[in-house]
Amino acid sequence: MTLRPDLQLVADLIPSGSRVLDLGCGSGALLSELMHTHACRGTGVEIDPDSVVEAIRLGVPVIELDIDAELDDFSDHSYDVAVLSRTVQTLHRPYEVLQHMGRIAGRLIVSVPNFGYWRHRLRLLRGRMPMSRELPHAWYDTPNLRHTTLVELEELFVRLGLTIEQRIVLSPAGVPLKSGDRLANVVAGAAVYVLRA
Amino acid sequence: MSGTPEAGSVGVVSTQTVRLFMAEHPLQLEQGGTLGPVDVAYETYGTLSVAADNAVFVCHALTGDAHAAGWHDGDARPGWWDNLIGPGKPLDTDRFFVICANLIGGCQGSTGPSSTNPATGQAYGLDFPVLMTRDLVAVHRALVNHLGITRLLAAIGGSLGGMQVLQWGLDHPEDVANALVIAASSRLTAQNIAFSAVARRAIMSDPNFEAGSYAAAGVNPDVGLSIARMMAHITYLSEDALTEKFGRQVDPNRLQPGFGIDFTVESYLAHQGQVFLERFDALSYLYLTRVMDYFDPFADPKSLEAVRSTPVNWLVLSFATDWRFGTNHSRRIVRTLEHAGQPVSFREIPSNYGHDSFLLAIEPYHATLVAYFDRALSEVSR
Repeated sequence: MTLRPDLQLVADLIPSGSRVLDLGCGSGALLSELMHTHACRGTGVEIDPDSVVEAIRLGVPVIELDIDAELDDFSDHSYDVAVLSRTVQTLHRPYEVLQHMGRIAGRLIVSVPNFGYWRHRLRLLRGRMPMSRELPHAWYDTPNLRHTTLVELEELFVRLGLTIEQRIVLSPAGVPLKSGDRLANVVAGAAVYVLRA
Repeated sequence: MSGTPEAGSVGVVSTQTVRLFMAEHPLQLEQGGTLGPVDVAYETYGTLSVAADNAVFVCHALTGDAHAAGWHDGDARPGWWDNLIGPGKPLDTDRFFVICANLIGGCQGSTGPSSTNPATGQAYGLDFPVLMTRDLVAVHRALVNHLGITRLLAAIGGSLGGMQVLQWGLDHPEDVANALVIAASSRLTAQNIAFSAVARRAIMSDPNFEAGSYAAAGVNPDVGLSIARMMAHITYLSEDALTEKFGRQVDPNRLQPGFGIDFTVESYLAHQGQVFLERFDALSYLYLTRVMDYFDPFADPKSLEAVRSTPVNWLVLSFATDWRFGTNHSRRIVRTLEHAGQPVSFREIPSNYGHDSFLLAIEPYHATLVAYFDRALSEVSR
């Protein structure tokens, strides 16, 4: 089974043998890959019932709970890596969730769509809400509740005492941009951060 | 036979009995003391694979028995978990070998307080030793060994059944690759124990209880036992389920308001109490509710030592409207196992039917079990 490219990118950032907590793990594809090819162990957290059943079918340990409210269940420093993949923008309490992640794991991997992408800005100038490949939903049916640009997200990381170890800037097509670092907040469709708590 | 085995049924089955502990080599009990001989009534469904790696042990709840699936000749109903076990069902007997045994301390063929005490030639009565969950597990293990199985693909149980699975997995992780703990608890609350206390008091206060020697006296504490069952039955259902079933419907036989059976829910409970007398023994009710009261495996600081080095794949399930062992009970189990680094999965299944949901064919529940069992089997056939 081939992993979705954005998940493969995350998988490659995780050292072999890590204990991984994947928040919003969906059907468990990332953890399954990590368990089978990177000798990792871990737990997924997911709230969508169908995804939970798919993860169970893949043999991925998955706990059905609400990331926004129930991360207290995990104890301090109990994982090596906590992953939040394309989920932060759907949370009610992103601040608290990131805080919990820093408490639970020493290393965080967070991927986000960038609302500051230039096409989104253009759409706003034309009086329309941002939409793109990364943000395909209309305002009335989007699962995304929190709209952040990379600049403002990074400000939040600083406030939370999370150190950015690595940032991978992705084109709207999901391809890592080697030269996009300076203009990241304009050219990135999304980004993946490796953070140290 | 009043029902024809439909597709998906294991068909006509019969209960077997085996003597697993002899009087001279008795079962050593958790609380000290011994029990022997020990006979165990059990049923099996499906075929054990040549490698003996497809066996699933079903642990029954408080008032269950070995007859989990299929039909006994002449019965109007199939086994108690027939919706789960059979060809093409979640525990697919075309692929799995399923074992279910009656608990010791019970009254459906395994040694219990109504069995003959070899020391006296009379029924044990209250001389039967107090049992703990570990004693139930020790006997299950002896049966598994007797059947030539060294490692179970899975153990599964609901309520008290789930407690046995939890204890088994914690104490002997090498026995159990996958452990399914459903609508169970790792520790009864004061409220849970309180309900059991009232049930026991009803039984022991019945004038026919005769200090536990009712069998010798040729009587039975019918009133006490049926009250115990009526009350317990209320805790098995949600308020919504009772409302949906009965509402405030007045019993058709009521003439005017009084103190008979005025509402249909009263008639239903009376019926539940009555039919229970035909299949259950009052002393077994005392002994097995006590097993539950004392169950508290995580109180032992060493309880997680074995699974830390030999992890078990756990699946813990609760039901949204279960107020006997609600989601908080399951979440405590999940939390404790997860903290011990165990691979544990958990779901709260939406259901309106309360604690009894674990016995029902609720779609998301069975879908979860199918996914889990399919994966479990695929890992051994790799």
